[in-house]
Amino acid sequence: MKLSIAEALRKAIHDEMERDSSVFLIGEDIGIPGGFGGAFTVTLGLEKDFRDRVIDTPISEIGIFGAACGAAIMGMRPIADVQYGDFLFCAMDQVVNQIAKLRYMSGGKLKVPVVMRAPVGVTGRGAQHAQNLEPYFLSCPGIKIVAPSTAYDAYGLLKAAVRDDDPVLIFEHKLLYGAKGARKEEGAIDGSSEIPEEDYTVPIGEGIKRREGKDVTIVSHLLMVYHSLQAARILEDEGVSCEVIDLRTLWPLDIDLIIKSVKKTGRLVIVEESPKQGGIGAEVSAQVSEKIPDYLISPIIRIAAPNTPAPFSPVMEKFYIPQPERIAKEIREIIEKY
Amino acid sequence: MDYKKILKNIGKDKALNLYRKMVEIRSFEERIRFLFLEGKMPGTIHQYIGMEACAVGVCLALEDDDVIASTHRPHGHAIAKGLTFKEIMAELYGKTTGCCKGKGGSMHMGNINKGMLPAIAIVGGNLPIVVGMALAFKLKSEKRVAVSFFGDGASNEGSFHESLNMAAVYNVPAVFVCENNQYGASTNIKKVLKIKNIADRAKSYGMKGIIADGMDVLDVYLKAKKAIDDAREGKGPALLELKTFRYCGHSRRDPSNYIPKEEKGFWAKKDPIKSYKRLLINESVFSGKELEKMEKDIEGRLDEAIDYAQNSPDPKPEDTFNDLYISMEVPR
Repeated sequence: MKLSIAEALRKAIHDEMERDSSVFLIGEDIGIPGGFGGAFTVTLGLEKDFRDRVIDTPISEIGIFGAACGAAIMGMRPIADVQYGDFLFCAMDQVVNQIAKLRYMSGGKLKVPVVMRAPVGVTGRGAQHAQNLEPYFLSCPGIKIVAPSTAYDAYGLLKAAVRDDDPVLIFEHKLLYGAKGARKEEGAIDGSSEIPEEDYTVPIGEGIKRREGKDVTIVSHLLMVYHSLQAARILEDEGVSCEVIDLRTLWPLDIDLIIKSVKKTGRLVIVEESPKQGGIGAEVSAQVSEKIPDYLISPIIRIAAPNTPAPFSPVMEKFYIPQPERIAKEIREIIEKY
Repeated sequence: MDYKKILKNIGKDKALNLYRKMVEIRSFEERIRFLFLEGKMPGTIHQYIGMEACAVGVCLALEDDDVIASTHRPHGHAIAKGLTFKEIMAELYGKTTGCCKGKGGSMHMGNINKGMLPAIAIVGGNLPIVVGMALAFKLKSEKRVAVSFFGDGASNEGSFHESLNMAAVYNVPAVFVCENNQYGASTNIKKVLKIKNIADRAKSYGMKGIIADGMDVLDVYLKAKKAIDDAREGKGPALLELKTFRYCGHSRRDPSNYIPKEEKGFWAKKDPIKSYKRLLINESVFSGKELEKMEKDIEGRLDEAIDYAQNSPDPKPEDTFNDLYISMEVPR
C-alpha cells in the first residue's frame, strides 16, 4: 500500500507495539483523543489500540527522556517523542550524558534501547522551531542517528531502531511527513512510498544511491536529497551527470558508499540544511580527504545554510535553505573551474 | 522514640546489619582517604563520612531486586546496596575487575545486577531516570521500587521539578531521598533556599513529604521502610528528606573552611555510628566486644580488597573501544 512518511511511521510503531509488549510511547500530546497525534500526526489513533502504552506527559522534556532512559534500562523499549527537534536541547543532559553514556559507564553491564524521534526542518516558524540539529549529535558517541527521506525507509528504519539494543535518534523532516488536514505543511514534498505487506527493516548504517552519475557525487539527507535530485536534473540538461547519495544514517556514516562513489566521480559536494560551520559536510569532507586525497580532481564543497539562526521572513528563509538552483550553480562552477 | 521497642521489633539481625553497614562505609571511606592523600589512588573522590545512616537506613529497607540511583558521592550507597569492597575498590583504581571495568571510577560506580545504576554525577540527573525505572515496574506489574538519592543542591534543579511531578501524576513506585547535608559544594542551603524543609516541596506535587533525622539510622530505616512499602503497594511516591551532614570536605582535599566551627561541633555530637553503637550496648542488644570484633573483621576485609584492587590487571588502552554499543563496533 502507498503511505506517506507520517503514515509509514505510524504503521511501523503500531506493528512493533503489536509484536512486542515492551514497546511504549512517551511524549507530549501523542495520545489525547480528539488531539493531534503528536505535532505531526505520527501517533494519531494509536491510543485506541494501546491505551496503557501511549503515555501523554506534562511539558517536561527532561522528564520524558529521563523516563525513557530508566524504563529502557529496566527492560522496556520506549519510543520518546519531542514535538520539535529544537526541544531536545531542553533534555540534553538526559540524551547526551545519560542515554548515550550509561552503558559505557557501566562497563557494558546494562543496555539503553531507547528510540528518540525529533522533527527538523526550516518551515516558516522562525528560529526556535526550525533547527536541523543533527550536527550537534555527531560528536555524541553512544547513540545512533538515522534520517529517513522516504516512507519505505521511515518504516524500515523505525522498526530497526526499535529492535536495536542501542539508543537510536530518528530525525524526521517536517516537509516530508505528508501530514494531511490542518497539519499539512506549506511547501511539502511527497515522500510517500509503496510499503510491502511483509515485515522488513532497513539496516542502520547503510546509505543509498538515489541516482547514478559519473561527474560529481552529491551527499545529502532528508529534504536536501530532493533538492539535490532536482539540481541533478537541471545539470543533466547541461550534460553534467550527478550521482546522489542519501545518507539515511548519520551515525555511523556509510563512508564506504561515499568513497566508492567519489573514486568514480572525483568530485564531492555535500548539501545540508544546517549551518555550514561544524556541519555534516565538514565531517564527510574531512573523512574523504583523509582517506582518498588522490582521487579528488576539485576541492570538496559544502552547500549549507548560512552560519545564522533560521530567519522568519519567507524571502530570507528561501535564501537560507539550499535551493536546487543554488546547488546546480555551485556545482557548475567547480566543474568549469577544475 | 521508644528505641527499646523499635530494636525489639526489627530483630537482632537487622539491628546488627544496620551497624555493620555503617561501619563498613566509615572504614572504607577512611581507608581510601588515606590512599588517596598518599597519591596511590587516581581521580577524585567525594566522601560519605557522617552520612552513613542515610544510605544504610534506606537500603536496608529495600528488597534485593529494588533499584537505587546515586550521585557523585556514591561510595556509601554502593556499599549499602551490597556491592562488594573488592569490586568498588578495584573500580576506584580503574582496574578491569572493578564493578564498571574501570570505565566508571568513583563518580560512576554501580552494578545494575545488584540493583544499583552507575552513579550519575550530574546534579539532579538521576531523578527522571528513577521515574522511568519505576514506570517500567508499573507497566510490567512488578512489585519493585526505585529509589533516587540526591542532595539538597539537586532540589533546586529543573529535573527535580519535572521528575516529582511526573512520578506523582503516574503514581509510580519511586521514593525520592534527599540527603540534605546542608551544603551544595561550598554553598549553604539557607543561602539558596527560602523554605526551611525541602520535604515541604512535596505538597506542591501532591506527594507525601517526610522528614527524618539523617544521623539516626533507626529513624531513617523506619521512615524509609514505610515510604518504600507504600510505594510498592501502589500508594504513590514520596519525598523523604534526611537532615544530615558530611564530616569531610566536598571533594578531594577540601578542608571545608566555609563551614563554621560551631556548626561542625554541633553535628559532630550527632555521629550516627557512635550514637547507634552506644544505643546497642546500652540496650544490651550487643556487647562492646561483639561490635569491636565485627569492626576488626571489616578492617581485615578492607586489607584484602585493597590488595585485590592493587594487584588486579589494568585495562588495555584499546579497551576504550569496548562496551559502548551492543550492535556495532565503534568506527575508528
